[in-house]
Amino acid sequence: MTADVRTPVRSGSVPAHEPTREDLERLAGYPHVVVSWIDDAGYPTSVATGFEVDAEARTVTIAATAEPIPTDREINVLGSHIRPQPGVGYDQRRYLQLWGRLRDGRVLRPTRAWGWDENEVPFFEYSERSVPQSRKYLAQLSEEKGRPIRPRLSPFWLALRTTRLPFLSATAVPVLLGIAVAAHHGFFTWWTALLTLIGGSLAHLAINVTNDIFDTLSGADEANTTPTQFSGGSRVAIYDLVTIRGLAKLAIGLFGAAAVIGLALVAITGSTLLLWIGVAGIVVGVAYTAPPLKLVYRGLGEFAVALGFGPIMLLGAYVVQTGRLAWEPFVVSLVPGILIALILYVNEIPDRRSDAVAGKRTLPVRFSPEVVRTGYLAGAIAAFAIIVLGVAIGLLPWPTLIALAAVPLALRVHQGLKVHYDSPYTLMAVMGTNVNLNLVVGGLLLVAYVATIVTGLLLT
Amino acid sequence: MGWLPEPVERLLDVALVGELTVIGRNGRPVTHPLIPLYDGDRIYLHSSTLFSRKLEHIKRDPRVSLALTDPIAMKGNPDRATIQGTARVIEDDPHADWERLILDLWRRKEPAIDEFLKVRVALPLFFERSVIEITPERSLYWQDGRTDRPPIETRRPGAEAA
Repeated sequence: MTADVRTPVRSGSVPAHEPTREDLERLAGYPHVVVSWIDDAGYPTSVATGFEVDAEARTVTIAATAEPIPTDREINVLGSHIRPQPGVGYDQRRYLQLWGRLRDGRVLRPTRAWGWDENEVPFFEYSERSVPQSRKYLAQLSEEKGRPIRPRLSPFWLALRTTRLPFLSATAVPVLLGIAVAAHHGFFTWWTALLTLIGGSLAHLAINVTNDIFDTLSGADEANTTPTQFSGGSRVAIYDLVTIRGLAKLAIGLFGAAAVIGLALVAITGSTLLLWIGVAGIVVGVAYTAPPLKLVYRGLGEFAVALGFGPIMLLGAYVVQTGRLAWEPFVVSLVPGILIALILYVNEIPDRRSDAVAGKRTLPVRFSPEVVRTGYLAGAIAAFAIIVLGVAIGLLPWPTLIALAAVPLALRVHQGLKVHYDSPYTLMAVMGTNVNLNLVVGGLLLVAYVATIVTGLLLT
Repeated sequence: MGWLPEPVERLLDVALVGELTVIGRNGRPVTHPLIPLYDGDRIYLHSSTLFSRKLEHIKRDPRVSLALTDPIAMKGNPDRATIQGTARVIEDDPHADWERLILDLWRRKEPAIDEFLKVRVALPLFFERSVIEITPERSLYWQDGRTDRPPIETRRPGAEAA
């Protein structure tokens, strides 16, 4: 079983090429062409006119115009289309232009073609392919102006994009669940719980930034021309919004703040176990992309994420409150561990071609779409089965079964993978549903634990 | 204010797309479909730094032409025109200049741009833009789009015939 990753990744804008029969057939679909040339005064000039295409002969016959079209110089022939959308703007953008010289007065045998059709190369992908041109242009402009001219974002949006802040839900779910299980076991201190949440979040953001640094340096993110809001990294270094040095400083600051909180919690609880859990979390998070381990390049990325966002996060939060380990939080931790690994797993689907180029051995890189879809279903079933089995053996309180209400979300994601596997942009809705699956299951488990705790308090 | 014939101004006011032709690196014409904006005097086009080759060409040779040819993009108006002129690239601050200079004109033709601007964080480089300001020098106008007939030619007052 191999994945469909053979399509080469193209970078830059759509390249000019020798006209093909297909180009000529495409041109025939336009209602008129605009013929342009450089006039005797040195200005470009244009005239619209009718035309006929002989795709077999690779020729375009230009209809007669009152303005004489010169035969002694190169001309440009453009077909262009939009669909107006009143009150919005327009869509269905496409154009094709050919270059060559007229023969026999009106017959063009083009020697060069270039164009874009947003149905074939979506606007976002076209933009990503053009990032190197933007960087080059802004560097030239900086030289012309004698001062650095770089792209900008407002501090709020830049911070959000750089740290990938919305992904913090992946930390909140296991940490809050660990605290809830500890409370169920009779241990709860609100301020250490709050410190755990803040420390875990800072560590998560630091790991996000670190992974971005290594994905940028390895070229993995740059090779990805179909990033989405869920995949492809923050891209702030690729866009030159932040330098690698700036990212490194940010990562060090975030790690430092997380370490201060972590060490404070170790000191407060006196638990060396907590220290090792914290160290394990940082090592697994950084080693995800960083050398020498580079877990995602060795086919261990999904396992590392399941371990980090499952047992490590949840047991860490539990140990802060209780100072010990137990089977119940371990079993509960497997649920967000699997579901967050499934978030990564689905988000890896649109990245699979660029990941393959970069040498990452993610599951969607290694396996066919059918196997990946089946793998998703198996993972989701495992997450729900753990809850059912945990209740069956008396380890989890029975209200946790309420989390099964989220099963339809998992089925919707599985169905969405069937339809949108090869379309990064329409897959975004599926990826969003998959993120919600973790939030809903985590939220329902929290509700179940709170209900169990409240019921217990009322009965006593 | 402007000297362009009234029928040509009408086309500029409604056109969602015009074909900007610039002089490429090897002296060949290169054409870019773009949304033309008009303030009654100058014509404004704009370009993200992502798609900035046209800007490089204009800086090398500022002579350009803008063709208005597609009735579908001009609310059904079948007339056609080509305007030759001299272009200037305005880009002291590609992050903000364009908003001040042309955003009002842009949103009149493409209201959806405000929605895109709200999610600027998703497309940061798309909104790093340069403005192309064209001073018209000469216009050719074809009533009913009949380019098989000679155009009505108008020049900027005071401009010498080519």
